[in-house]
Amino acid sequence: MPGKTLYDKLWDDHVVHQEDDGSALIYIDRHLLHEVTSPQAFEGLRLAGRKPWRPMRNLAVADHNVPTLGREQGIADPVSRLQVETLDKNCAEFAIQEFTMTDPRQGIVHVIGPEQGATLPGMTVVCGDSHTSTHGASGALAFGIGTSEVEHVLAAQCLVQKKAKNMLVKVEGRLQPGVTAKDLILAIIGVIGTAGGNGYTIEFAGPAIRDLSMEGRMTVCNMAIEAGARAGLVAVDEITIDYYRDRPFSPKGGDWCMAERFWRGLYSDADAVFDQVVELDALEIKPQVTWGTSPELVVAVDDSVPDPELEVDPVKKQSMIRALDYMDLQPGQAITGILVDKVFIGSCTNSRIEDLRAAAAIAAGKKIAANIKQALVVPGSGLVKRQAETEGLDKIFTAAGFEWREPGCSMCLAMNADRLEPGERCASTSNRNFEGRQGYGGRTHLVSPAMAAAAAIAGRFTDVREWL
Amino acid sequence: MQAFTVLTGLAAPLDRANVDTDAIIPKQFLKSIKRAGFGPYLFDEWRYLDRGEPDMDCSQRPINPDFVLNKPEYQGAQILLARENFGCGSSREHAPWALEDYGFRAIIAPSFADIFYNNCFKNGLLPIVLAADTVAGLFKELTPGYRLSIDLTAQKITKPNGIEIAFEIDQARKYRLLNGLDDIALTLQQADKILAYEAARAKRAPWLFASDQA
Ligand code: SF4
Repeated sequence: MPGKTLYDKLWDDHVVHQEDDGSALIYIDRHLLHEVTSPQAFEGLRLAGRKPWRPMRNLAVADHNVPTLGREQGIADPVSRLQVETLDKNCAEFAIQEFTMTDPRQGIVHVIGPEQGATLPGMTVVCGDSHTSTHGASGALAFGIGTSEVEHVLAAQCLVQKKAKNMLVKVEGRLQPGVTAKDLILAIIGVIGTAGGNGYTIEFAGPAIRDLSMEGRMTVCNMAIEAGARAGLVAVDEITIDYYRDRPFSPKGGDWCMAERFWRGLYSDADAVFDQVVELDALEIKPQVTWGTSPELVVAVDDSVPDPELEVDPVKKQSMIRALDYMDLQPGQAITGILVDKVFIGSCTNSRIEDLRAAAAIAAGKKIAANIKQALVVPGSGLVKRQAETEGLDKIFTAAGFEWREPGCSMCLAMNADRLEPGERCASTSNRNFEGRQGYGGRTHLVSPAMAAAAAIAGRFTDVREWL
Repeated sequence: MQAFTVLTGLAAPLDRANVDTDAIIPKQFLKSIKRAGFGPYLFDEWRYLDRGEPDMDCSQRPINPDFVLNKPEYQGAQILLARENFGCGSSREHAPWALEDYGFRAIIAPSFADIFYNNCFKNGLLPIVLAADTVAGLFKELTPGYRLSIDLTAQKITKPNGIEIAFEIDQARKYRLLNGLDDIALTLQQADKILAYEAARAKRAPWLFASDQA
């Protein structure tokens, strides 16, 4: 019998009951909640007279709607306010732990989970949010669910799931200076496409992945969903174990020793068989910039906007033409010639301390260009913010003309007041460049934190490798 | 949940690949704490010429006459014909809620994003995967007034010319959809199995259960 993949091991460890038709009842170790996808689930519980199966397995935080300025004054938009207050009320009623808006631990749900040690290696982690894939960086099986499933997990601590197929993305070699985890995952999506991972769990492996910090691995797994995979995974190693030592929710004492021993077994066996294998060479990857309205529409910064006329697939060609029109770009235009109006450094993809350090290193001692209308830095959590301030990063940003904000999702999806106006072009460290994502009519280019900071200083896209 | 057995309805073509859930229902409408009423805002940015906000009276808004669902011949459509990777992006269940509230009961595409596909079944909406060239053929044939008949029990679609197309579906999902069953009630029938699992797992991984006493 061949060995098991990491995904096989995690799956097998959580099967409560296997049905004949291939579906299984899967136990969920950690359920994260936020204000947008939970109200209807709590309402469903109430209507059915049900109680949470294990209240302590849930952790809630408001992040999508929260203001990043003047938080003491509360939320001005009454609709957003009602949604956040509804989460507070539901958590109080059902005895669920919540980091409220003014708690220093508040932040983006996918940043605070690992930061608190609330999502650990070997766990199953779900949340009513597609970027739950982020938590797979620790060797946890983590995936996004819909609101009906949020209600299901609350009520039963389980989900009915079908096992996905196994995909291995193996990245050989080393990333060059100035090329980051974000460029790596954008390049991977460029290769496998936004639907390439549909039906798969992707394990990221190889020397270039091993070299990444936990933060970098989270960036990679975060965008597994942008490649169509509900879950991304990285095997446990020394970096993982070190990261989880002494986190508030991490096991303590004898429990830690036992957990550590178990976690060290969380890797794919050498003879495990994957349904699909994709190999890349890290050395060939350059800083990436998306030019279209889907993350797969991406090129290297020293490249130019592609020509749809050269695309043979008629459906793809149509999408390219539409994307160029929406983005107001011409085929053949150099990426480095594209002027930027706004810059957003933040989101669950790139708002951890390492991301802020990388951006600050570029911004230090410089000023944002005159054509930049706004450059936002939004830390992923209150604790990231505090750490950055201890290191003086906030001073570097504000001296360069960036705005230093309170933690939350912010302009990643513009549910709060931070947004693009119609036609504005943004260099963004977030994960989605869909039409209207960052504001009605807004145009998003996805880049790494260092590339975003460089774009702010230059006023246009520029190759950050020339800045090192 | 509404059961799905047989549907005969008007089909409308949405000829775009990678239609994401942000496009199906833009984020400003996600601020609602209710489950109903999203239909008027379905495909909001494509359907209207102005910028939609929650609680707007959509009957007063300027309509984009070029958007397919605004054409008179597709009014009342219950089946959406779509391209590959339909429903990608955010996990928001508001997307199937909006499609269902608008009046759609089935979506046909060469592929769906996994979370969206899963969410459809919880809301009485049937997503049907057909081979890419079969879908391409339907797009070619689809003229105004084109009606399809979908029989979930028999797992087949009948075209206006009487030709049938078979489709695959997971049997457990089919059963639940045919009967409009509540997943949670079914799972809670297995409560003893869940408790037994927890007891066994607590021995293997006690650190996970350390905080459950509360
Ligand atoms: S930061 Fe963006 S992608 Fe991440 S959870 Fe918030 S809205 Fe979603």
